Amino acid sequence: MINLLLFPIIIPFLFAIVLLFFKERIVLQRVLAVVGLLAALAASLYLAHTVKQDGVQTITLGSWPAPFGITMVSDMFSALLVTTTIILTLLVVIYSFTSIGEAREHYFYYSAILFMITGVNGAFTTGDIFNMFVFFEVLLIASYVLIVLGGEKRQLRESIKYILINVVSSALFVITVAYLYSVVGTLNMADISVKIAEIGQPGIITVIAVLMLIVFGIKGSIFPLYFWLPGSYAAPPIPVLALFGALLTKVGVYAIMRTYTLFFVHHTDFTHGLLMVLAILTIIAGCIGALAYFDLKQIVIYNIVIAVGVILFGAAQMNESGLSGAVFYLIHDMLIKGALFFLIGIIIYVTGTSDLRKMGGLMKTHAPLGWFYLIAAFGLAGIPPLSGFIGKLLIVEGAFQADHIWGSIIILASSLVVLLSVIRIFIYAFWGEPQSLPATERKPYRQMMVPTIVLVVLTVLYGVGTEWLVPYMTDASNVLLQPSIYIDAVLKE
Amino acid sequence: MELLMAILIGILFTAAVYLILSRSLLKIILGTGLLSHGAHLLILTMGGLGGSSPPVLDKGASNFADPLPQALILTAIVISFGVTAFMLVLAYRTYGEHKTDNMNLMRGNDEHD
Repeated sequence: MINLLLFPIIIPFLFAIVLLFFKERIVLQRVLAVVGLLAALAASLYLAHTVKQDGVQTITLGSWPAPFGITMVSDMFSALLVTTTIILTLLVVIYSFTSIGEAREHYFYYSAILFMITGVNGAFTTGDIFNMFVFFEVLLIASYVLIVLGGEKRQLRESIKYILINVVSSALFVITVAYLYSVVGTLNMADISVKIAEIGQPGIITVIAVLMLIVFGIKGSIFPLYFWLPGSYAAPPIPVLALFGALLTKVGVYAIMRTYTLFFVHHTDFTHGLLMVLAILTIIAGCIGALAYFDLKQIVIYNIVIAVGVILFGAAQMNESGLSGAVFYLIHDMLIKGALFFLIGIIIYVTGTSDLRKMGGLMKTHAPLGWFYLIAAFGLAGIPPLSGFIGKLLIVEGAFQADHIWGSIIILASSLVVLLSVIRIFIYAFWGEPQSLPATERKPYRQMMVPTIVLVVLTVLYGVGTEWLVPYMTDASNVLLQPSIYIDAVLKE
Repeated sequence: MELLMAILIGILFTAAVYLILSRSLLKIILGTGLLSHGAHLLILTMGGLGGSSPPVLDKGASNFADPLPQALILTAIVISFGVTAFMLVLAYRTYGEHKTDNMNLMRGNDEHD
C-alpha cells in the first residue's frame, strides 16, 4: 500500500470536512469524530508496523522524482509520534463530550480538532521543508479557532497575543526557508542534508541553524521564547489546553530534533552547544514558574516548559543514549501531560476553582481521582518503573557519555522540583480539611474519569512495557543518529 | 536589482517592526501584513532575479527565472491573506468585548483578570 503514510493525515481531514455539514447534530458529530479518529488510529498502527517491517516509507506526490516533487517520509520516529498524537486526540475528544459544553460543540469544535490533527500529523510526516511550513500553518490556523472558540473576554485578549506571536514566527520561518533555498537550492529535506554535507556547513548555514532554532523555539517554547505560553495556554478550556499542551509544543520540538539531526550536523560544538545551554535555561525557567504559582493550570503549563528543556537537552547530546532518551521522553511527555491536564480538569470541575488555596480534602470525597493523580504525578517526575524514568535515565546517561555532567545534575535536580510542584497540588487539593464543594453531579465526573483512567493506565503501561517498546525506539533513534538511512530512503529512486 | 530589492525589503521590515511595536491593534495587524510582504519579496530575491524565457515551455532555455520561489510565494500569500482576515475579525470582536484597541489596556494575567 503505497499511500499508507498519507492515511493518518487524510482521514482526519476528510472527517473534519464531513463534520462541517452537521452543525446542529451534536451526537452525530461526536460519533463521526470518534469513528474518524479510530480509523486514523488503525491506519497509524498499521503504518508503524509496516515501518518496523520494511524500513522507512516514502511517497513522492504526483510521482515526481525525489528532489523535485514534494516528498512525504515516515520513519519510525514520525510514525510513533503520529500514533501517539491520534491516541491522545481520541481521548481528548471523548473527554470533551462532558467537559466542553454544547455551545462550543455547535461551533465546529470537533472539526477544528480534526483539522489541527491533520496539520500535526502532516508536520510529523513531511519530508519537504516548505511543506512543513504549510502544515504548521494548517495546525496553527485550527489552533487559532480552538483558542478563541467561546469568545470569552479573556480568551479574546490572549488569542490576539497568541496569533501575533505565531504570525511573526511564521514570517521568520518563510525568511529562513528563503535563505536556506538560496544557499542550497533545494527544499527536499534529505537533499538539503546531502547538499549541506557537500559544502561542509559554512558560516551562513550555521546562521540559518540559529534562525531555525528561533523559529521552532517560539513554537516549542524554549528559553527565552516561552514568554507567550503561560498566558495563552491558560485561556481556553481544559480539553483544548490538554490538546495544545500535549501536541503543539511537541511539533516545534520535533522540528528542532529533525533539522538538528539531519541538516546541521557538521559544527555541532556551536549549534548543539547553543541548543544545550538553551535547554538547560529552559528547564531552570520552567522550574521557577512551576513553583511560583498557586494556580493548577499554571503549574502544569510550566511543567510543559521543563519537559521541552529535558527533551532538547537529550537531543543536543547527539549520541545513542541521548537521542533514544529524547524519543522516549518525548512520547512519555505527550501522554503524561494529557493525563495531568485531564486530572486537573476534573479537579477544577469538582471544586469550581483553579486556585490551590481554595481547595482541600478531596481525598475523602473523590478517592479514585486522588490515587490516579498520584500515579500520574509520580510518572511525570520519573519514579521507576513508571514512564518518564527510562527516558530521563537514558538522557542523563547520554550526557555523562558526552561529558556534560553539569547538565545531567541540573536535569536530576529538576526532577525533584517537578515532583515538588505536582505533589504540592496533591497536598493542597487532596489532603487537609474538606472544603465545602459546589453542587456538581456525579455523572459528568464519572464520564470524565473514563478517558482519564485509560490515559493514566497507558502511561503506566508505557513505563512498565518499556522492554517491549525498545526495538521501536531503537529504530527511531537510529534514523536520527544516522541521517543516511533517511536520505537513502528518500533519494533511492 | 538585487540591491534595490534588498533595500526595499529592509524598508518593509523596518516599517513592519515599527507598526507591530505600536499600541493600536489595527496598526499591529497592518504591521504583520507588511512583514509577510517583506518575507515574500525576500523569497523572490533569494531565488535569483532576472531571466526572460519561460522555464518549462522552451526546450533548451537557459535564461529563465526559477519558478519555484513563485510557487512558494503563492502559497505563502494565500496563508497570510487568510490569517490577516482572521486577525481583523478577531480584532473587531476583541474591540467589541473589551471596548478598547489599546494593547496596553489588554494586559493582565491569571492573578488579576
